[in-house]
Amino acid sequence: MANALISVPARARRGEIIEIKTLVSHPMETGYRRTQLGARIPRDIVRLFVCSYNGVEIFRAELHPAIAANPFIVFPTIATESGTLTFQWTGDNGFSVTESAAIAVE
Amino acid sequence: MRALAAAVGAIVVAASVLAGEIPPAERRSGYDFMSRETRAMQDDETANPATLWVLEGAALWQRKVGEAGRACADCHGDARTSMKGAAARHPVFDAARGRPVSLEQRINACRVDRQQAPALAWESRDLLALTVFVARQSRGLPIDMPVDGRTQPFLDAGRATFQRRQGQLNLACSQCHDDHWGRQLAGNVIPQAHPTGYPIYRLEWQSVGSLQRRLRNCLVGMRAEAYDYGAPELVDLELYLMWRARGMTFEAPGVRP
Repeated sequence: MANALISVPARARRGEIIEIKTLVSHPMETGYRRTQLGARIPRDIVRLFVCSYNGVEIFRAELHPAIAANPFIVFPTIATESGTLTFQWTGDNGFSVTESAAIAVE
Repeated sequence: MRALAAAVGAIVVAASVLAGEIPPAERRSGYDFMSRETRAMQDDETANPATLWVLEGAALWQRKVGEAGRACADCHGDARTSMKGAAARHPVFDAARGRPVSLEQRINACRVDRQQAPALAWESRDLLALTVFVARQSRGLPIDMPVDGRTQPFLDAGRATFQRRQGQLNLACSQCHDDHWGRQLAGNVIPQAHPTGYPIYRLEWQSVGSLQRRLRNCLVGMRAEAYDYGAPELVDLELYLMWRARGMTFEAPGVRP
């Protein structure tokens, strides 16, 4: 199962600073842990998070093994125009989740 | 010397007399012992990681499963109305089994009897998702645990388990949670052990877990042999703890450190 939770204000004034909250479901297995029998548990993490606003990249984060499960990323941006924000998470084992949210700017 | 011993004895007697159930007005949810940041995480549904399980549970609620080809929604309809308050009164007495059942057991009984599907494993993602989804519908309601002649013996058994010393450390649950709540155990504040927010997202687990997982956790910490998932002792203990928290606000899905 792969799903994500996005919080973007539905409408904003032009030039307003808005807060975007994202939460993605992922175990973030570090790759440093071992089973009780000593076998290494392979790494399985989200490597990259990218947010685009009407096709223009506005935020990017590289994730590493020390980040907790279900990464919660919050960042601000300036509401410039109405349109769509797209969010993409990619990671190990072909992990890929894409979500989008609409915003109306007046 | 004798006077000192007598004084110490008097203090010990006084302490053992003081020890007892927490008066209703002094009860506090584990929420009140948490940091501001963790409270904010629980209160904001977009920041509370358990919301991921709630959404998954909402999808499972609609999914047809088993030989009967029925979804939870086919019988129970909209969970927002049909499941309102359900989690705040579990464990509830089940006439067929002749004893109280926890919310997880209730969901599995429905799966096996009505949907004719295999029972979900304890702590499996699907069972936690369904349980959290059902529990979410009771958020903000008071815990409602009426006790009658049928449930009284199980409540008494749960209380006895709570107050019984066990394990290599020879500790009873009540010694920490009735007598020493608010004080420190290692770096952590000892809460009063009110199960107001279960199933919870526990930061230490980096996952959602049931009340029984938490109880087993505590038992292992006492170096006692933990009861199996679904064991009557654990369900009775759940019943006693919910009764002990009667009237308090149900806040599932909680976030705990």
